[in-house]
Amino acid sequence: MDKLLKLLSENSNYTTAQLALMLNEPEDYIKAQIKEYEDSGIIRGYQAMVNWDNVPDAGVMAIIELKVTPQKEKGFDEVAEKVMMFDEVSSVYLMAGGYDLALIVKGETIQDVSAFVAKKLSALEGIVSTATHFMLKRYKEGSVALVDVEEPTDRREMIL
Amino acid sequence: MIDYNSKINDSIKSVKPSGIRKFFDIVNEMDNVISLSIGEPDFKTPWHIRKAGIDSLEMGRTWYTPNRGFAELCKEISNYMLRKCDLTYDPKSEVLVTVGGSEAIDVAIRCLVGKGDEVLIPQPSFVCYEPLTIMSGATPVIIETKIENNFRLTVDDIKDKITDKTRLLILPFPNNPTGAIMEKEDLEAISKLVIEHDLMVLSDEIYSELTYGGKTHVSVATIEGMKERTIVINGFSKSFAMTGWRLGFACGPKEIVAMMTKLHQFGIMSAPTTAQYAAIEALKNGDDDIVYMRDQYDMRRRLVVGSLNKMGLTCFEPKGAFYCFPCIKSTGLTSEEFCTKLLHSKHVALVPGSAFGECGEGFVRLSYSYSLKHLKKALTLIEEFLKEL
Repeated sequence: MDKLLKLLSENSNYTTAQLALMLNEPEDYIKAQIKEYEDSGIIRGYQAMVNWDNVPDAGVMAIIELKVTPQKEKGFDEVAEKVMMFDEVSSVYLMAGGYDLALIVKGETIQDVSAFVAKKLSALEGIVSTATHFMLKRYKEGSVALVDVEEPTDRREMIL
Repeated sequence: MIDYNSKINDSIKSVKPSGIRKFFDIVNEMDNVISLSIGEPDFKTPWHIRKAGIDSLEMGRTWYTPNRGFAELCKEISNYMLRKCDLTYDPKSEVLVTVGGSEAIDVAIRCLVGKGDEVLIPQPSFVCYEPLTIMSGATPVIIETKIENNFRLTVDDIKDKITDKTRLLILPFPNNPTGAIMEKEDLEAISKLVIEHDLMVLSDEIYSELTYGGKTHVSVATIEGMKERTIVINGFSKSFAMTGWRLGFACGPKEIVAMMTKLHQFGIMSAPTTAQYAAIEALKNGDDDIVYMRDQYDMRRRLVVGSLNKMGLTCFEPKGAFYCFPCIKSTGLTSEEFCTKLLHSKHVALVPGSAFGECGEGFVRLSYSYSLKHLKKALTLIEEFLKEL
């Protein structure tokens, strides 16, 4: 895998000078490479990794399984593209297995999410069924641990 | 009232406690310290290796092993030495599995020297050689490696230190704390001297898998005439991120390995069984893990060395291990003052170079065996600290 993309996907906060050192490339090359990724749409944006569990009133999240009737010509894409237009939907994936689309949906309250599913989502043409799973606690997101696993505190400071 | 002082072995008493204990007491008492001081991999032992240990426990394989280690492990070590260093050791007589590289160093020194003998110890280096030499009854003779030689050991450094009492040369490369390595030509020059004076060599190669910039480790035992006078010490701690498993090994002439095994047998019995099962898996299927971890260290190394040089702390380019050893003389502070101030003002912990021998004064050791996130944070704080000085 491209090492620059891997580093940026772990932490987009590196300076180009730091990236240049780590990857042993000239800084100008790194700048050009990032620009190319941005222009070509490989890099779509930069976000902070927030642990919403620790933010008051951050709302609720649910994973929704959708069974979908594939549409003529566009197959699953047509429904997926419609679903992704909703602001409530933060992620959409086409899945192999027991259902077709997986969504991650955010809302202020459980009622908000329920209303979204009942009124907006289910009403879309081509949706056969939905199954909504509310998330209770976050442990890890985007390869980042969101809980601190307890370690022995006497991990020694010694001269080795 | 018992006078305990009179009850204790004089050679143990004569070993000085570490001079920078005070500094580490402060580190240990402080909260939220960003430490770059620990000399061990931050990686977890690769899962398949852990799994082999777990499997052995689930199967109830919890007995002693043969004194010298499982035959299968000795065989794998022998294969590893051939694969990585082009050295042939008989697994039945020239390999000993020990409790970490540290035990191998201890046992080797005690087997090779005693009262009246002199041991050549290059410094800055890992802290154990000098005390272990003293405890064996022999006399340490310190050789200072110099930054102008990239902290390599040269013939000029050694030749005036050899006397008719010199018996053993310690070769700690790739080096902790400097990150220096020895290349073939360096070793050839020294080997000539070693052979001429009929010395033995203890080559501590625990960081052999961690060399950078296209330089691969060369063992002194590969130099002509040296295998028969070298004890090579290596282990699993650094290469496979297995520090807590406590497993190392020594390879050398069978006459010496037999004596070392005798000491090991009476002092230790056998190295930990679970760890030996894990180590067999590491040697059979772990070469890719080494490559992965080395690449990660290398990326960190370049970030740290480049950043330190940019902020004005001149840093010789370390080619091995996972330390860099910047010179802090430009700040006008001693190593310990520098580290104490940095700790108090920024809560960043480095190790004063003086911990690794007097000649380490004027330097600090920074371990880059930490996540990039952690290193980035620490580097920002060190830069702030330098600006505020």
